[in-house]
Amino acid sequence: MAVVKRPPFPVILVANDLVEGEVIFAAEHGWTRDVRAARVANDAEAAQALEQFGAAQARACKVVDAYLVDVEIEAGVPVPRHYRERLRTLGPSHRLDLGKQADFHL
Amino acid sequence: MYAYDELDRQIVRERVAQFASQVERRLDGSLTEEEFRPLRLKNGVYLQLHAYMLRVAIPYGGLSSRQLRQLALIAEKYDRGYGHFTTRTNIQFNWPKLREIPAILGLLADVDMHAIQTSGNCIRNTTTDCFAGAAFDEIEDPRPTAEWIRQWSTLHPEFDWLGRKFKIAVTATQQDRAVLRGHDVGVRIVRNAAGETGYRLYVGGGLGRTPMEGKLVRDFLPRAELLGYLEAILRVYNLEGRRDNKFKARIKILVHEIGLEAFRAQVEAEYSKVVAAAPAPDLREFERITASFDAPDFADLPEVSRKLEQAQAADPDLAQFVARNLFRHKKKGYVALTISLKSIGGAPGDATAEQMRAVADLAEQFSFDQVRVSYKQNLVLPHVRRDDVPEIFAVLKAQGLATPNVDLITDIICCPGLDYCALATARSIPLAQTLSRHFADPDKQKEIGELSIKISGCINACAHHHIANIGILGLEKSGGESYQITIGGDPGDQYALGELLGPGLPASAVPEAIDRVIGVYLDARRQGETFIETYRRLGVTPFKAAFKEIADAVA
Amino acid sequence: MLLLDRNGAKPDPFIAVETLDDAPGKNVIDAFASVDALLAAGPAQAAVLAPNDLDAEDFAPYLDRLALIAIRFPSATDGRGFSLARQLRRLGYKGVLRASGPLFPDQFPQALACGFDEVEIPDANAARQPVAQWLAALNRVTLSYQRDYARGATGPASILDRRARS
Repeated sequence: MAVVKRPPFPVILVANDLVEGEVIFAAEHGWTRDVRAARVANDAEAAQALEQFGAAQARACKVVDAYLVDVEIEAGVPVPRHYRERLRTLGPSHRLDLGKQADFHL
Repeated sequence: MYAYDELDRQIVRERVAQFASQVERRLDGSLTEEEFRPLRLKNGVYLQLHAYMLRVAIPYGGLSSRQLRQLALIAEKYDRGYGHFTTRTNIQFNWPKLREIPAILGLLADVDMHAIQTSGNCIRNTTTDCFAGAAFDEIEDPRPTAEWIRQWSTLHPEFDWLGRKFKIAVTATQQDRAVLRGHDVGVRIVRNAAGETGYRLYVGGGLGRTPMEGKLVRDFLPRAELLGYLEAILRVYNLEGRRDNKFKARIKILVHEIGLEAFRAQVEAEYSKVVAAAPAPDLREFERITASFDAPDFADLPEVSRKLEQAQAADPDLAQFVARNLFRHKKKGYVALTISLKSIGGAPGDATAEQMRAVADLAEQFSFDQVRVSYKQNLVLPHVRRDDVPEIFAVLKAQGLATPNVDLITDIICCPGLDYCALATARSIPLAQTLSRHFADPDKQKEIGELSIKISGCINACAHHHIANIGILGLEKSGGESYQITIGGDPGDQYALGELLGPGLPASAVPEAIDRVIGVYLDARRQGETFIETYRRLGVTPFKAAFKEIADAVA
Repeated sequence: MLLLDRNGAKPDPFIAVETLDDAPGKNVIDAFASVDALLAAGPAQAAVLAPNDLDAEDFAPYLDRLALIAIRFPSATDGRGFSLARQLRRLGYKGVLRASGPLFPDQFPQALACGFDEVEIPDANAARQPVAQWLAALNRVTLSYQRDYARGATGPASILDRRARS
């Protein structure tokens, strides 16, 4: 079996809610819209558990496009390393009144 | 406007119910995401960076007041109070929920609108000149032809699973205002030596990863033969276009790889069989469509409006607006008036629900109930009396819609970029806002004159950056956003792809780089020369040299 | 595999044979590449399974001797088969046209409109999308803007014909 290519640790699992479309993150239990509550995986075993959770939730028609995103922990909060993923945790950068940045005062 | 009949209404209603069923079957697992994705795309539903996005069709850019008000209602009720007008003259809502989209489609159907084929590998919204039906220089109104194509291509059972998307544009003027040569098929309405009206067809144009110029495939096609000939082109493309690589699946690659002559031979061979099977195409449907377009009851007016002249003399802002935002109408005393959606520092093409309603009211009162969307992401009131311009200007000004910058450097075309789009590699809106503020000074804009800036957030080129006078392409470079600049592109009769000036720059360096490019132009231009004319005379070399100083400084 | 036409599921009257020696007297389906050998073997009825990238003209010499032509759809999104079916009908093919591959119910009316009579789908797809969904898909859009794409009385009514009559 081919080696699964994963981003470097730590990682979080991001997906879209199938019905709402909104970006969500795997939390300790279920999903959260707030990246600060995302479950952080620091090793292969924890990352695999996240992936399995995402795949099962996709099969159950709860989410789409679940994948791992590598983060840095800044002041205890996971922050994606890539600017694209960072935008997904916040919202449109020219409209700070919209998206998660507005909802959660990020 | 084309007036729907009961059959048009019924098919749209049925399509809404069909989509509702598709959503249900997705949620219960009958359809996998892989199966559902093309189905939702063919109904304009994308899954974007933050949420679903719904792209609503505005066929050839035409809206009635009632339709525009319905879009405002949808923006408020199901979105965040605004919409984004696109270069395909459609409108996008950025925050709908999947389970609410059937209801939104129902609201659209209430006003004879839909989201059919606004995405997916099928025939997309047909576009045309934003001044269609009003322009002084058109052979005829191109909208009946566009509507004829719309109906023929809607839910076409054979051409719904093409190798890639397929875009058609129609124009009826000498001056190309519809980017004809940037389309899979460009349809030009022409008259032949015998005085008959027919079509000149270009094929295989397109932007994106491999930009190409459309090539002349038929110099004159009698009107009655248009749909049969399009059928032949589409069938050849559907059968022969590449399916092994989605980046090489557009018709432009087929035409390029087998050559125009071989492509034309295949199309003509297929067309002869189409003709043999259905030998006598008639114009009944075209004539029915043409008759269903309402003909505005224009008044006989004097060429000059004293009222407007006096108002202009008293108000320099109005005078500037008149100088920039009016287009010559075929009827004496009327003008086509462009409403710029490019306020200084705004997001290009965005309009709030309140602005949409204000424009709808103006259209109802002053423009025979008509609004047009232009591919430059502005709105147009096509039939306005010169006498009414001061009153319209006052309303627009109160709504922040009176920016007098049509075709100037701040009239920036811009895709949503990475602030919304899942495909984007970099943001585009913030850079457009920065440049708009950078060049905000009206005197500076006037001094620079006509110049187009177009910013795409990825290589798919939704903002047409290749054919901008100054094109900007946002890419990812070493984990950050980087912007490549091309110059010398032209979307019109002297169709040209821009030349790359050098390596990509960070967003912060782009304004200065453009300053340098414009500096070369201002220093070298001759009396009356626009940027693109100076560029054509000088070539790219002096611009590259000026650009290099900036590129070297940030490297 | 689930085989169905506009009336619902149906048994496949054609069988694949180990060797063409077994063909005489039977209804046999074989790859189009072997069509000459198949016809020479003397089956009761001959059918072929063809890829979707052939020229319609390649079939011309055989049309009146083939009871069924199955066109393979390598994926649901590869629409070449729709145009190929249309061309085969235009060439005058009167036998059964079968679309074979992982299509889904919303494509069923499109397949019929282009000249197919039936579809054959993998079991995994049929498990998610039972026959009832396929039949329901036929009646969702009852109108069509095209002329000459409806076969028989059961397809969508052409808006053009309706308008011409009114």
